[in-house]
This record gives sequence, C-alpha cells and structure tokens, in this order.
Amino acid sequence: MSAAAPPVAEQTLASVRPEGLWADAWKRMRRNRAAVAAGALLAVIALITVAAPWLPGLPDPTAQDLKLGATPPSAAHWFGTDELGRDTLARVVHGGRISLMVGLVATLVSLVIGVTWGAVAGYRGGRTDELMMRVVDILYSLPYIFLVILLLVFFSRSILMLFVALGLVQWLTMARIVRGQVLSLKQQTFVEAARALGADDAAVIFRHIVPNTLGPVIVYTTLTVPAIILQEAFLSFLGLGVQPPDASWGTLVSDGARVLALFPWLVVFPGLALSLTLLCFNFLGDGLRDALDPYDRRDVA
Amino acid sequence: MSLAAFIVRRVLIIVPTLWVIATLTFFLVHAAPGGPFQAERDIPAAAKAQLMRTYGLDQPLYRQYTHFLANAVRLDFGPSYKFPSRQVREIIFEAFPVSAELGGWALLLAILIGVPIGVIAAVKQNSAADYAAMGLALAGVSIPNFVLGPVLVLGLALSLYVLPPALWEGPGSRVLPVLTLSTAYVAYIARLTRGGMLEVLRQDYIRTARAKGLSEPVVVGKHAMRLGILPVVSYIGPATARIIMGSIVVESIFSVPGLGRYLVNAAFNRDYTLVLGLVLFYASFLMVLNLVIDVAYTRLDPRVELA
Repeated sequence: MSAAAPPVAEQTLASVRPEGLWADAWKRMRRNRAAVAAGALLAVIALITVAAPWLPGLPDPTAQDLKLGATPPSAAHWFGTDELGRDTLARVVHGGRISLMVGLVATLVSLVIGVTWGAVAGYRGGRTDELMMRVVDILYSLPYIFLVILLLVFFSRSILMLFVALGLVQWLTMARIVRGQVLSLKQQTFVEAARALGADDAAVIFRHIVPNTLGPVIVYTTLTVPAIILQEAFLSFLGLGVQPPDASWGTLVSDGARVLALFPWLVVFPGLALSLTLLCFNFLGDGLRDALDPYDRRDVA
Repeated sequence: MSLAAFIVRRVLIIVPTLWVIATLTFFLVHAAPGGPFQAERDIPAAAKAQLMRTYGLDQPLYRQYTHFLANAVRLDFGPSYKFPSRQVREIIFEAFPVSAELGGWALLLAILIGVPIGVIAAVKQNSAADYAAMGLALAGVSIPNFVLGPVLVLGLALSLYVLPPALWEGPGSRVLPVLTLSTAYVAYIARLTRGGMLEVLRQDYIRTARAKGLSEPVVVGKHAMRLGILPVVSYIGPATARIIMGSIVVESIFSVPGLGRYLVNAAFNRDYTLVLGLVLFYASFLMVLNLVIDVAYTRLDPRVELA
C-alpha cells in the first residue's frame, strides 16, 4: 500500500521506488480488454440509471396511456409499451435504478459486517476465532433462501427487509476471506511495529491490517454485487422482492413472463438489461481477480 | 481422523443445526401476522374452535412446539392447512421425485457438457477456442434462469412448436425445464474444470508422464483429469443446493409439480404445516447430501484430511 508510506520518504525514494501493487495491478488490468470494456459499459449503465429522472426525452415510467396499450418497439417507443401503455425503455431504465441500488446497498451491508467479523476473528485468534467462525459455519449450512422467503412472506415485503435478508447472507464468504488474510498479515513486522508504537487493537485492525486485505476484498465485492442483484431479481420474480409501484429488473421480467406469448418484448428488454449488467460485473470481477491475484503479489512476501 | 469418527462428528453438527432450523421456522411461522384461517373469518365460532382443535392450535404454544418436534422426527407434519384432506408428508413424498428428477437431469447434463468444454479450453489455453468457450461460459453464468426460461419457451415452444411450453407430462416436457435449469451450471462447471486442469497440467508429475512418452489423451484423460476435476466434485454439494433454489423458479415457470412450486404456493397461502415440513425436509436433505459428498471427496483425493 503506497498510501501507508509517509509522504517525505515517498519523495526521496520516488525515483527508485519499486512498482506498487496498485500500479502493477492497473497495468495488468488495462491489458485485459474485455474487463476494461465491461467496466466502461457498467459505468455507462450506472450513469444512465442514476440520471434517469433528468434524462430529456425519457417518458415518466408510470405514465399510462390506456388507449395505446401494448405496442411492439417503434420509433416513438424504442422498447415498446406494456398493457397500460407505459414506455418499456423508461421502465427498464428506472428498474435499473432499483436493481443497482439494492445490489450496492446490500453489498455494502455485507461488506461492513463481513470485513469486521473476519478481521476481528482473525486478529483475536484462539477461542474468539473458534467461536466466531463456528457461527459462520452454522449460518453457512442453513438453507438461507428458505428463511429469506419465510421472512419476506410472513413479514413486510419492504425494500428494507430485502436489504436485511440479502445482506445477512452475503457477509459469510467475505468474513472467511478476510479472516484468512488477517491470519497471515498479523504475523508481519508492520503490525508488530504498530503495536510497539502503542496502537490499540481497533487501530491495528482497521488502520493497518484491513487496508492490506483490500485486493481480495475488492475482487469479492465486485462478484457480490451481481450475486445480490440476481437474488433480488429472483425474489422479485417470485413476487417477494420489490413491490409495486416500484419496479426492478426482476419484477419487470416477472410481469413480462406472464404475457410472454402476446408481448415478448416485455420480457426480452428487461431480461437483456439484467443479463448484460450481470455479465459486465462478472467480466470485471474476473479481470480484477487476475490483476489483483493474491498468489501473484510481489509486495507480500 | 478415521472415516467413522468423521461421520459421527458431522452428524453431531447436523442434528443441532436441524433443531435450530426447526425452532427458528416454527416460531417465525407462529409470530407471523394473520392466522391460517384468515380467509374464513366469517365461519361460526364453534366451527372455528373445531378447526383449531383439529390442528392442535388450541394447545399452549410450548405444547404445540414439543408436539411439532416429536412428530417432525418421524417426518409427520400433520395435514396441510390449505388442503386439509392431504398430509404434508404425502405431498412431500409425491413432489420430491419430481424435483429430484428435474435437478438430477440438470446436474448430469451440466457435468457431461461442462467438464469436456473445460478440459478442451484448458488444453488449448489462450487459443480462440478457449476464449470463445470462456466467453460463452461467462454469458451462461450471467443469464438468470428466469430470463432464459421464458426466452426458450418463446423460441422453441411458442414459435417453432417443437416442445410443450409447460407442465410435466411425457419426455418432451422435460427438455425445456432441464435445459433452463442446467445452463448456468454447464457454464460454471466448464470454468471450474478449466481452472483445475490448468493448475494440474503445470505440475511435475504431468511432465514426467509426458516424458515417459505417454500419449496426450492418456496424460490428460487419466493423469491430469483425476486431480483436475476435484474443484468440480467439491462444487457438486453447493451446486445441488443452488439447483434446488433454481428449481423453485423453474418449477414456477414451467408449472412443474415439484417441491419448489409447493413451497412458493404454501408460503403465499400461509399453509404453515406445509411450509414447516418443506423447509425441514430441504434442510435435512441438503445436509446429508453434503456429508456424502465430503466422504466421496476423500475417496478421490487421498491427500484430503478429514477435519
């Protein structure tokens, strides 16, 4: 981590400084054209969905035109319209807002829980570690999808519940990854140095150890976002996820599947948007893994 | 650790875990708002009391709980709330073979197609064939089955009329659900196989095998494969769990009368006894299956330590 080095030393050593992990990773990343293209496309998709309410020419996704009804794609409505005459393009773009938001927020939840849990378990070691990881093991073996379905069916089907349900599941792998990293990192001299300088446990864990686990964490996070988007879509498809009037890609596909024989475009376009986004995330995650491969890091001996 | 000790230890974990799931599900279901007879609120009080007695709901909660646990051990979950003439056990035993057939075909297809693709991609690493296979595999992983299903129906059933679009009658009706369910696993298994094979092909004993003058098919097929497909073997456990999850969607799309469709319907109908029975059945099935797979894993790779 170049950020950990004091600025003074950085200046004097600038000319002889070896290539850092990030510069090296960036170089390798750039060579992977598929991953870069996927990243760029994702940025475009994200920008369009974020800017959706202010995009000129994009109709209101809830504006109905019952006289028009369902029409196939045309110059006026690129993706066609649904039975209520709503513009499918607008609904897909606004659906992306919800899908991406659910993906990012739930990932953030799992990131915070997973990193904290794994770092504390790995750093404390001994009985604490044993106990904390046993909890992870047991949660891992639960057929969580059924519990998620139960939670959503019997209690509120709000977006908040969705975050809780999805976030609660996804942190387990993250905790395992971080713990593994921390176990090896805590033996290193920079941790000893930090402790000798009087840093308390929290400071050692979060200021010194956690930043060094970023490589694998970033890779896994990139792969968690599509996993969560997919699960949200899955739950929405079953009618348990996002509730009307909100719509995500999952609910759009679900609605479209019901009138598949009559208005196929209502399934094809949201399905395409969802699949393309997931594909981009997976390409990006693959590229990042190759670039940040923990087995190939030169700076961690 | 001996194999017997390993199995005993795992069973000792499985039993309390199942108890936790049973307890959690039981209280979750009972804490849920709205009673099971909500729709029939207008029925006379006497009839309602009679119904409550039939299902044991007039008992104190702890009695219901102990009663439920004692019966659950025997897979007896009482009659369904929604279909009072049918026992939950009966429904499970009827729906399980359907789901097992669907999942079994999907998994088999995924291995039979995915493994060869992965092996070829690994042997021809960085060739056009490799890139094409892995690009397709990534696409296969990315297309959700509930998108693929309707698209396949649209193409093969509603446009070309070659296959029935839904239901579970006759061999033709198996094709679309199995294909929909297996695509993601074909893709993922191809990726796993390629990764595993690449790792193995670099090792010294493979070079030795080649130096001895063994033919390439023997080196790859006999020496490298055995270790190269280990990631696939260890993935079969989680894959089965995911296929079960996927089959919930696929069964809903294609109106397949399996466990997944019953689960979704039961959850929406607040059919408490059926939900409890299905969740417990799924959980125990998955755990036993994972144990079996762990044992199989040690047979394949003697280096694996039982822990």
